[in-house]
Amino acid sequence: MRSYVQITGIVVTALLTGTALAHDSAPLKSENFDLPVGDRQFTGPGSEVANNNCLTCHSAGMVTVQAPLSKEVWEGIVKKMIKVYKAPVADGDVAAIVDYLSNNPAASK
Amino acid sequence: MGPSDTRSRILTRRALLGQAAFSGTAFIAAPLRASTINLPFLNGSREMTGAFPQKGEMVLQRTRAPLLETPWETFDKDVFTPNDKFYVRWHWGGIPETVDANTFRLRVHGNVERQLALSLADLMHKLPRVELAAVNQCSGNSRGFFAPRVPGAQWGNGAMGNAKWAGFRLKDLLDLAGVKAGSVQVRFAGLEQPVVDDAPPFLKSLAIDHARDGEVMVAYAMNGQALPFLNGFPLRLVVPGWYATYWVKMLADIDVLDKPDENFWTKKAYLIPDTPRADILPGITDVKMVPINRMVPRSFVTNLSSGERIKASGRNDVRGIAFGGDCGVAKVEISVDSGANWQLAELGPDEGKYGFRRWTAKFTSPAVGQRLSLKTRCVNANGLAQPDKPNWNASGFMRNVIETVDLVTV
Repeated sequence: MRSYVQITGIVVTALLTGTALAHDSAPLKSENFDLPVGDRQFTGPGSEVANNNCLTCHSAGMVTVQAPLSKEVWEGIVKKMIKVYKAPVADGDVAAIVDYLSNNPAASK
Repeated sequence: MGPSDTRSRILTRRALLGQAAFSGTAFIAAPLRASTINLPFLNGSREMTGAFPQKGEMVLQRTRAPLLETPWETFDKDVFTPNDKFYVRWHWGGIPETVDANTFRLRVHGNVERQLALSLADLMHKLPRVELAAVNQCSGNSRGFFAPRVPGAQWGNGAMGNAKWAGFRLKDLLDLAGVKAGSVQVRFAGLEQPVVDDAPPFLKSLAIDHARDGEVMVAYAMNGQALPFLNGFPLRLVVPGWYATYWVKMLADIDVLDKPDENFWTKKAYLIPDTPRADILPGITDVKMVPINRMVPRSFVTNLSSGERIKASGRNDVRGIAFGGDCGVAKVEISVDSGANWQLAELGPDEGKYGFRRWTAKFTSPAVGQRLSLKTRCVNANGLAQPDKPNWNASGFMRNVIETVDLVTV
């Protein structure tokens, strides 16, 4: 599994003016490029399993912005993350993650 | 207790690396004071962020992979959405840190006479330049308004933007490669990568005839500038009139297929019910699903918001933006009596049938202390009108109900 925290690199962006874009080969300029990673953690009882499993692929905001969802819906989402998106979640953690998500409605934040 | 209510700490990959190097411990960052806005639905509080490269203040929907919404007031200012305010949507967190514009190559391969690997300079020199104004709208724009609510990015109405795209026709590039007989689809890949092994890389396909229709293009410029990194630098597919899922960012690989694309993102993701307006009743699952495709008309008020107070017993100005979806705008109308009567709005300059169209109208407001539901609707050039009831599907796609702004006279 690749680490989700990627190192900073250099992005070379084209310094393109309106005319340069017409057809000339564009003069290029190197720029530093740095993306926020999102370090927010889940909190509260049972949050450890969510922190250990969910944050590999996405920041916590994916969860906190959701409307309150039923346990069935959360279970479907967690299973989709594993089956479709190959989230490396141990079988034994699934129930605890679903419990945490459905007992901690994001709307209560 | 919910997930952490700590303000998001603006920590970048560089800062993270630096802290790890200096402290040798897990990262700890001081909370920053962030301003918030409220999108008008349950759990609609969102932070504003200016932490993303080449972007101004944006509505933070998700930090990684980035989901950034255009602040609504942006749409009142210009028919084109500025690059630094254009919404951002990525599927996977594996966005490359580096794109070297000198060594970058766009590859064309598969069922073609000649495989190509062209530099940016080659592409700009060899292929005729074309320009097109077109709306790029997320399939799930406005998902937060769905009732009952559905999971996914909880966007307000700002997961859309209009830009003047410049680049070359996909058809011209495919002709350079020489599409062989028997080709059925063209599959597009960008530089974005999944962050876990075996996860499906983001790939999307178009039918061969669509890919060669002379309208689908590859853009190297957006509103006269290079594409912002988060909008797909250096190249992005532009599929006029179709939802943004097809507009592959950081486009690097084009595969001409002689059999239908079986990959997850084309075959199983971004599906809609094969019903009018992709509309079904909640709970219905026994329905044929098809890939999302053409956009539908929408119109929005941009200078007034719900809850706003307006001058009583007088003439008031209203203005907004509309787009036809997969064709131009035939007309925009407003209603101040809950949809009983409609009056034509005046359309602004036509910048191209796939773009936003500005509109203005005047209306007479009732006496002091009255409530007023101001509605606007677009009818597109194909005669399709916005509906007065919202559609619903489990993915929260294709919302285009008539918009209403509730005002009070003072």
